[in-house]
Amino acid sequence: MQNSIIEMRSISKAFPGVQALQDCSLEIKPGEVHALLGENGAGKSTLMKILTGIYQADSGEILFEGQKVKIGSVLDARALGITMIHQELNLLSNLTIAQNIFIGKEIRKNGIFLDEKAIRIKSAELLERVNLNVDPNTMVSELTVAQQQMVEIAKAVSYNSRAIIMDEPTAPLSSSEIERLFDIIRDMKKSGISVIYISHRMDEIKRICDRATILRDGQYIATVDVAETSLDDIIAAMVGRKVTFVRKKRDKSKILAEEVLRVEDLNWGSKVKNVSFSLHKGEVLGFAGLVGAGRTETARLVFGAEKPDRGSIYVKGKKVIIKTPYDAVNCGISYLSEDRKQFGLITEMSVENNITIASIPKLCKGLGYIDHGKCASEAEKYAEKLKIKTPSLRTLVKSLSGGNQQKIVVAKWLLRDTDVLIFDEPTRGIDIGAKDEICDLLVSLADMGKAVIMISSEMQEILRVCDRIIVMHEGEITGELDADTATQEDIMRLASKI
Amino acid sequence: MKSSQNKVKKFSVQSMAIVFGLIAMSVFFSIASPNFLTPSNINNILLATMINGVLSVGALYVVVTGGIDVSIGTSMTFVSVMLGVFMTWWGFPAWLGIICGLLTGALVGLINGIMVTKMKITPFIATLGMQMVTAGLAIVITGGTPIYFTKISGYQNIALGSPFGSWFASLGIQDYAVNTGVLIMFLLAIIFGVILSKTSFGRYLYAIGNNRESTRLSGIKVDQWELFAYIVAGCMAAVAGILMTSRMNTAYPSIGSGYEMNAVAACVIGGASLAGGKGSMKGAVLGAFIMSVLTNGLRLLSVSTEWQKVLTGVIIIVAVYIDIIGKRKKNG
Repeated sequence: MQNSIIEMRSISKAFPGVQALQDCSLEIKPGEVHALLGENGAGKSTLMKILTGIYQADSGEILFEGQKVKIGSVLDARALGITMIHQELNLLSNLTIAQNIFIGKEIRKNGIFLDEKAIRIKSAELLERVNLNVDPNTMVSELTVAQQQMVEIAKAVSYNSRAIIMDEPTAPLSSSEIERLFDIIRDMKKSGISVIYISHRMDEIKRICDRATILRDGQYIATVDVAETSLDDIIAAMVGRKVTFVRKKRDKSKILAEEVLRVEDLNWGSKVKNVSFSLHKGEVLGFAGLVGAGRTETARLVFGAEKPDRGSIYVKGKKVIIKTPYDAVNCGISYLSEDRKQFGLITEMSVENNITIASIPKLCKGLGYIDHGKCASEAEKYAEKLKIKTPSLRTLVKSLSGGNQQKIVVAKWLLRDTDVLIFDEPTRGIDIGAKDEICDLLVSLADMGKAVIMISSEMQEILRVCDRIIVMHEGEITGELDADTATQEDIMRLASKI
Repeated sequence: MKSSQNKVKKFSVQSMAIVFGLIAMSVFFSIASPNFLTPSNINNILLATMINGVLSVGALYVVVTGGIDVSIGTSMTFVSVMLGVFMTWWGFPAWLGIICGLLTGALVGLINGIMVTKMKITPFIATLGMQMVTAGLAIVITGGTPIYFTKISGYQNIALGSPFGSWFASLGIQDYAVNTGVLIMFLLAIIFGVILSKTSFGRYLYAIGNNRESTRLSGIKVDQWELFAYIVAGCMAAVAGILMTSRMNTAYPSIGSGYEMNAVAACVIGGASLAGGKGSMKGAVLGAFIMSVLTNGLRLLSVSTEWQKVLTGVIIIVAVYIDIIGKRKKNG
């Protein structure tokens, strides 16, 4: 057996409230393409952040070519030849390709002046290695996403990398661009560079990867030879057979026939294609799928945060025109973003002001003069109802925990009294205990007669909370499942379209 | 319990430093110059603060949204000139001329607001363009020569009249009679201060300044409210133009630049943040007073205008730094 280039042994890492990794191991051989698989939250990115020096492991050790090493920073990792190409590319868009590749290691003449010519020639060589026929003096802002990715790879190669980690590299690429990327990966393999490949797309794993390591809930499950293992077995290992939750039987009589929202033939570029669905009063409708399947985009279109190319929306049977979130809220639709801090809360304002911000007009005495007593009592009421833990209503939202922040956003919309609540990844960044609470909250909202949409990448959660599940893949709805009978494998199959 | 503690602390850090600064400065100048604490000098200070105070009211509305309006100084000049055009050249009665002047200011604000909210031009650039346009137009319209208001009877009383003059005289303190213009400034500061802190309009402006996208996704018409903020700024520039021409009885086409930065500085000294979402009317008015007391006192001490400028700059930096230290302490 060939010696391994990287070996991570029994790595553990805890964050406040979450054990992100428990005794995880990973072994990479020289010149292999190694898939790292697992659901969202399985610990893949934490493990890679430890390998590239962004996080430090609580326990465990890393061996590089058999030698024990300490990777304390990104620079340490780079010195060993380990680089990562992140999903969000890290190029400076107003600099040229050459300037980007050599940033931080510019070639100098006499130790002072930049040797632009040498930088350009070296860059051209590197670009040739990744098959990118573009002048190195081109501004990065003029490149397509695929080309930018090639530049990132060229940059990684320029560090004399021995191992390159690619996080969802094909997500923004078209199929012909994916072929080019695979050619480059095969070239790198030939020259002995190892690739750690993170992707949710099972077909790609089968095509390009040699071996795969599977993680689940922060634990190491197995390392398999991809060619000898069926995709079904890999998926089974990823989702696990164990059932860790109890699906509470919902009283079906609470789901009424009354249709609250119907969306027909919604289209938005390549992100959302012909999406149609309907939502009933008292129902929790799940949107499952992989990251980038177009679920968030669909929600934002319904909420008026983006303008669709075409499509119609009916609220309680009546066709409505929604151009802005203001229109959507007036139609009784609200959207709770996965990124609460950026798109849900005003973190520098108090709990009270955040709960009341969407309902100010009905809390005014007239002429827009805010009735502070009423604001305080309404905020108090909903803070109590949702058990928001805060020192006071005047506390700034930024100092509260993720779970409480999420409840504040819910309180905001309950006070506004919208009929439809669209939750986008409501449990992201929330610790385990609070996750349960949020899941129960969604069901109780439906029991109250609200119509709830839950977008989640965590299949267990979707199966536990929802009545009906719509699965999306690359902007299209690939199927609809009854949550009572659906399994995680069913969802995974529709989500990766195999 | 905890909330009241927070409130006291917030008050002490943000406003008390400015109040203390203003008092300390006044005490220093009173000791250093016998002419500082005289009725006529106090009147000078009030009149000097009048224009900058009104402009600060408008500037604060825009600063709270996270924007900046660097056109208010020259908008004031432009409105001044237009007032002359309306009343002296075209012979409008004073009341109509004033209404037309206010509308001119509102129009300038509306255009600024449209550039920022609809055309998505950065506030600084949009209003910088407007600064040049209004400054240029003021010269173009007048050919560079002042327009006098001598024909309009009683026009000077808008700024320099004293409505309670006879009452003050009956008490034997007629020297302390406050001018109408100064009262207008305080009245506007109170009205617009209440709007900013007590109404939905004000609440939305702070929300926009803190997080525009969250506010938009809360179903609030952010573009509309932000546009209104620029209109308020334009209207305040117009009021300042009216007070300026009334005080001078003349519209000078080439003064006005520099006032916008004084107004923004007043807001910032008063605790506003150019990042948006922060600032109070009380602070902005106190900030305007700090700047004019400083200028006035230094002039009494025969400090040259150049050195006055240097010291004003230092005061702005110190005031903002005190605010930063206060915040750091609060965060632990």
